[in-house]
Amino acid sequence: MTTQASGDALVSLNGVNKHYGQLHVLKDINLQVRKGEVVVVIGPSGSGKSTLCRAINRLETIDDGDIAIDGKKLPEEGKDLAHLRADVGMVFQSFNLFAHKTILENVTLGPIKVKKVAKGTADKEAMALLERVGVGHQAPKLPAQLSGGQQQRVAIARALAMKPKVMLFDEPTSALDPEMINEVLDVMIQLAKEGMTMIVVTHEMGFARKAADRVVFMADGQIVEDATPEEFFTNPKSNRAKDFLSKLLTH
Amino acid sequence: MDAVIASLPEYWDGFLRTLYLSVISGIIALIVGTLLAAMRVSPVAALRGFSMFYVEVARNTPLTIIFFFAAIVLPRLGVKFEQFEVAAIIALSSYTAAFIAEAVRSGVNSVPVGQAEAARSVGMTFTQVLGFIVLPQAVRTVIPPLINILIALVKNSSVAGAFFVLELFGYGRQLSNDYGDQVLWILLGVAFFYLLITVPLGLLAHFVERKVAIAR
Repeated sequence: MTTQASGDALVSLNGVNKHYGQLHVLKDINLQVRKGEVVVVIGPSGSGKSTLCRAINRLETIDDGDIAIDGKKLPEEGKDLAHLRADVGMVFQSFNLFAHKTILENVTLGPIKVKKVAKGTADKEAMALLERVGVGHQAPKLPAQLSGGQQQRVAIARALAMKPKVMLFDEPTSALDPEMINEVLDVMIQLAKEGMTMIVVTHEMGFARKAADRVVFMADGQIVEDATPEEFFTNPKSNRAKDFLSKLLTH
Repeated sequence: MDAVIASLPEYWDGFLRTLYLSVISGIIALIVGTLLAAMRVSPVAALRGFSMFYVEVARNTPLTIIFFFAAIVLPRLGVKFEQFEVAAIIALSSYTAAFIAEAVRSGVNSVPVGQAEAARSVGMTFTQVLGFIVLPQAVRTVIPPLINILIALVKNSSVAGAFFVLELFGYGRQLSNDYGDQVLWILLGVAFFYLLITVPLGLLAHFVERKVAIAR
């Protein structure tokens, strides 16, 4: 529900609006996410859900309203913003692994350059993370030598290496072949079970049912419903959501 | 032909001075050009504006005019130097930096935007994103145009010959006067020494291009 006090919210959006020229992509968005909560954002394409996700670490700027992470308002460009982003893990649809760095370097670069962790320590922690997501033996390779599913798991490890307070997933499985989707979802489900705070934009309803604490349904730049997965999938309140779900089920 | 052989010491001296002008100006231009490109893609509007203004002015002004400015106007404004070489280096590097800035900028733009977004997401600052992620990947696309610019710089350095700097072209003029009957040979000799710098540069471009290839 959006009525929780913002005091205990880890991520809080209040009255957020954004326009692309004439297009009003985010309309008065209010969303609070508590520590340890897994929020899945679903909705038809063009509904603004990716923009919402990217706005939370300011990869997209907003026109008005405010976004706070762990009580701190998102700063403007500069060092403060970089510090804040270090606490927010981001996983992209197109993986975006650093193409000229090895898998291990992809994971260690952030800790070494941003958090000034010693290389030996960073290497050790990175290897543990890579093992955890099941790609430890790929450490010396370059990203292009890995499958999409493996690359995405490395991307998750890269984000986790910064020990983030919250993880954002922007359609993490949309660019994957069907047989690779599960290997990524399994990692995400595991992460959710371990208590990571997660905001996940996805089309994977199975993931939403299995791992989400809340489902946020967006359409035309607005949050239309905000409910538990149980409520949302069995008893959607709005016609827009009913329509969306019926289209999913017929295929 | 005899004139060329008899003048080898002059040629050699001119060759070294051309090389000297090109290397020093090239290094300065690479540094300044990269800084200008970084300013051009920075989030600070004032830096972007300055970089754009500089590049447009420097690359659209004839090199000879820039030489005039460096050799004659600057000293009147109180910027004194002992040798005209310094004026030549100022002119050549400020002119070439504009072209290098444009080449580096296009290289930066060739790196998928997701790379920079991912780097920003792990908390890197603007300079870290550029230095660790974007520029190393931009190098590959930038090498061929960059070498072109450096080759042009070597040839452009001949303008210095008209401003009292005795480099290859300067000697070429002098020797043409001394050996009026063998001008063709003298000029061929000058061209040969220029090729001695520019042809290896082209070969270097091929070599480096293959070295820095990145799989995508």
